[in-house]
Amino acid sequence: MVTLVVNGQSASFEGDPQMPLLWYLRDVRQMTGTKFGCGMALCGSCTVHLDGVATRSCVTPVSAVGNRKITTIEGLHAQGRHPLQVAWREQGVPQCGYCQSGQIMQAASLLAQNPKPSDADIDAAMAGNLCRCGTYTRIRAAIKQAAGAKKGA
Amino acid sequence: MDATTTLIAGVRKPTRREFLAAGASFGGFALVAGLSDADAADAPAAAPKYGAYGMPNGVVENPLVFVSIADDGVVTITCHRAEMGQGVRTGVPLIVADEMEADWAMVRVAQAPGDEPRYGNQDTDGSRTTRHFFMPMRRCGAAARQMLEAAAAARWSVPATEVEARNHQLVHKPSGRTLGFGAVAREAATQPVPAGDALRLKNPSQFRYIGKGKLGLIDGFDMSTGRAIYGQDVVLPNMLFAVVARAPVLGATLSGFDGAEAMKVAGVRKVVAIKGSPIPSAFQPLEGVAVIADSTWAAMQGRRALKLDWQDGPNASYNSATYRASLEAAARQPGKEIRNDGNVAEAMKGAAKTVAAEYYTPHLTQAPMEPPAATARIDGDRCEVWACVQSPQAARNDIAKRLDMPADKVKVNVTLLGGGFGRKSKADFATEAALLARETEGRPVKVVWTREDDLHHSFYHTVSVDRLEAGLDAKGKPVAWLHRSVGPTIMSLFMPDPKQMAGFELGMGLTNVPFEIPNLRIENPPAPAYTRIGWYRAVANIPHAFAIQSFVAELAQAAGRDPKDYLLELIGPPRKLDPRSLGDQWNHGENPELYMVDTGRLRRVAETAAKGAGWGRKLAKGHGLGIAAHYSFVSYVAAVVEVAVDAQGRLEIPRIDIAIDCGAMVNPERVRAQMEGACIMGLSNAMLGEVSFDKGRVQQDNFNGYQLLRMNAAPRRIEVHLMPGGDYAQPMGGVGEPGVPPIAPALCNAIFAAGGKRIRQLPIRNQLQA
Repeated sequence: MVTLVVNGQSASFEGDPQMPLLWYLRDVRQMTGTKFGCGMALCGSCTVHLDGVATRSCVTPVSAVGNRKITTIEGLHAQGRHPLQVAWREQGVPQCGYCQSGQIMQAASLLAQNPKPSDADIDAAMAGNLCRCGTYTRIRAAIKQAAGAKKGA
Repeated sequence: MDATTTLIAGVRKPTRREFLAAGASFGGFALVAGLSDADAADAPAAAPKYGAYGMPNGVVENPLVFVSIADDGVVTITCHRAEMGQGVRTGVPLIVADEMEADWAMVRVAQAPGDEPRYGNQDTDGSRTTRHFFMPMRRCGAAARQMLEAAAAARWSVPATEVEARNHQLVHKPSGRTLGFGAVAREAATQPVPAGDALRLKNPSQFRYIGKGKLGLIDGFDMSTGRAIYGQDVVLPNMLFAVVARAPVLGATLSGFDGAEAMKVAGVRKVVAIKGSPIPSAFQPLEGVAVIADSTWAAMQGRRALKLDWQDGPNASYNSATYRASLEAAARQPGKEIRNDGNVAEAMKGAAKTVAAEYYTPHLTQAPMEPPAATARIDGDRCEVWACVQSPQAARNDIAKRLDMPADKVKVNVTLLGGGFGRKSKADFATEAALLARETEGRPVKVVWTREDDLHHSFYHTVSVDRLEAGLDAKGKPVAWLHRSVGPTIMSLFMPDPKQMAGFELGMGLTNVPFEIPNLRIENPPAPAYTRIGWYRAVANIPHAFAIQSFVAELAQAAGRDPKDYLLELIGPPRKLDPRSLGDQWNHGENPELYMVDTGRLRRVAETAAKGAGWGRKLAKGHGLGIAAHYSFVSYVAAVVEVAVDAQGRLEIPRIDIAIDCGAMVNPERVRAQMEGACIMGLSNAMLGEVSFDKGRVQQDNFNGYQLLRMNAAPRRIEVHLMPGGDYAQPMGGVGEPGVPPIAPALCNAIFAAGGKRIRQLPIRNQLQA
């Protein structure tokens, strides 16, 4: 049995400890904000935070989470007003929107570690997150907007 | 826009009493195709039907179907088209809202299930939604406004002409009295629906939302907070999960299978065979074995434990290298005549110089970020499905037929689509879910496609060889042009072994090439299909634009001319060409008298993109500019790509300028977004995209094999130039697809201009390093 803390909510899980965190979140916790895109850490759609660090949940067995706190897109900000979420809406980033949970979680991890990233920093941090609609130029703009925004904007 | 919620029809429970169009209680099937005013010329009885009127189930524009108003004034507008990133759930309702003078802050959007008799055509493809439904949705909104005005007039016992709807209020002009929309919603619903001459549309100068581009996305909040519900995200009580092991080769059949080991996996409930259909299998599921389990993970583990004995069947020798050689051989022989102006053979003989080139574009696959998924539940004699489908009525029909149920017992609810690009027009995955729901004793079952499933079992973009030959006169101007285009046709989904492209494929930039060349011949040599060929964003325009626009730059080089000037000369002076005079009878389904090929508009986008990019400016060493212009989906797009190629052959793209003329726009901000996305997808196609086959099997398993452009390779800057749309009375063009075709040739022309090699086969991948 493992105990997992997701967005501050603790629950125990007695199923297969090899089940990737992605499927635990989606099928067991029924939290579908974290998306399935590839299952091999190639697209970034499933990105969550473990103790604030961007992690691909599709290749992270629940047994490997340990006592790290899990944050998903649903828990990034209680009212959905993290500066990145605000910037995403103001820049009109999403097209289909499917990859954007992962993009935002990856970007949030970047800004937590590097509050004023350069273009090269952004490209390097975000290169693992695919977007088939092609919203990359707006993602860059939104990250820069959020990096320039006052805290809690 | 933060206050929006995603309303998925069938999942949502109505929370307030609703009036206009309160579910089935008003339900009339309303004004059908061709009976209303402004488009009447589009659909005269017994004449050919064009546009939306030529699509299955045509147009419905009755506000009792699309609009409901609650007591508190909240207006719910039903969107009958599927949202897959193109912005229709914002764009279509805002047309209705504008015409009915609804305050956008008070508007909610509901998603229609598949029900074309009720809503009109729902095939969300072909870059058609706005151009087909702009006028019908205006009339729908205007009718709703007039019904509200009539209801307020009746309440006040004043003439209706004295009442005017203004921003969610009804104003009695002489007295200044007002009523909210909610206050008269019930009476409004009982007013006759105005049509024909009685219908008064707004003057476009009064538009609040149309053409302004000021509104955020209706789903923007949900998409940025993880609340948006896609096909993969459907959760129902007591739900089961399934994955399917499918035929590895098109047409392969099971001679046997053993699910005993799969059944030993914890959480696995059942192993079930799905029967395939003989080729041509249209959109039917492939033969396969499904594992149904308590979680997706358990189902995947179970699938790994299946023992499957496949008979590969007639496509087992499909190999992309061999097939390419066969296409090249075919392109070097005469093929079926598609168009013949003048006498190419004679003109070639008299030419001062001849140039020939062959271009290759491989299979591609849509690879939407959301792999296909569908959930189904069977309850007695009914089946209900939730799925990310582009064409929910077609899904409903397929399911009804396969389950042997009447279509009215099948309900297909449309979720958001995590990308579509053509893949989700084919509802094989929804049919799979419905078939499996027969096996789960009334429990809902969700079929999850993995990325491997998506890449291995798609409906692939055709593979094409295009051979061009031109004869130039002493000044370098073409006097003869021969184009042979050969590849497998989409019709192979529906007919046994067709070998020629259909009119709708040839009409995508091949037949209707608008160049001013006196001797021009187009041929389509035969090619068989060995896999499922389907629609991929921009479809056959991709190979045609790549070949033609690359060849134009090659001719400019042969003539010692500037490629932009040379392209403009080939397009020739501004003129409006009847597509039929170019041999194109299809014309994207549009009326050829309303939608001519306007070379003036094609010139203008090319000139605008070139000007934006600073064509002719001095460039840094290793930099180059390339241009391409292409007419598709009755819109005009040109792109100028700037590249930097270093000594090691590494490619960077500092900037793209893209110009579109799609006529008048509903939501220019989303047109801009579509062009940006088309640039990225066009680069992805050109630089990385390839699906290849060996032994009938797709060779790419996941995003490591089927690579897509990533942010670090994306252009630093994309400048979108929107040509002023002007008159809303003029026909509109498509937006979702036409941005894609010019990107690959503009890129390859830029690489050549930068001193790199001439790319004639896609993808570019590491050709510059060789």
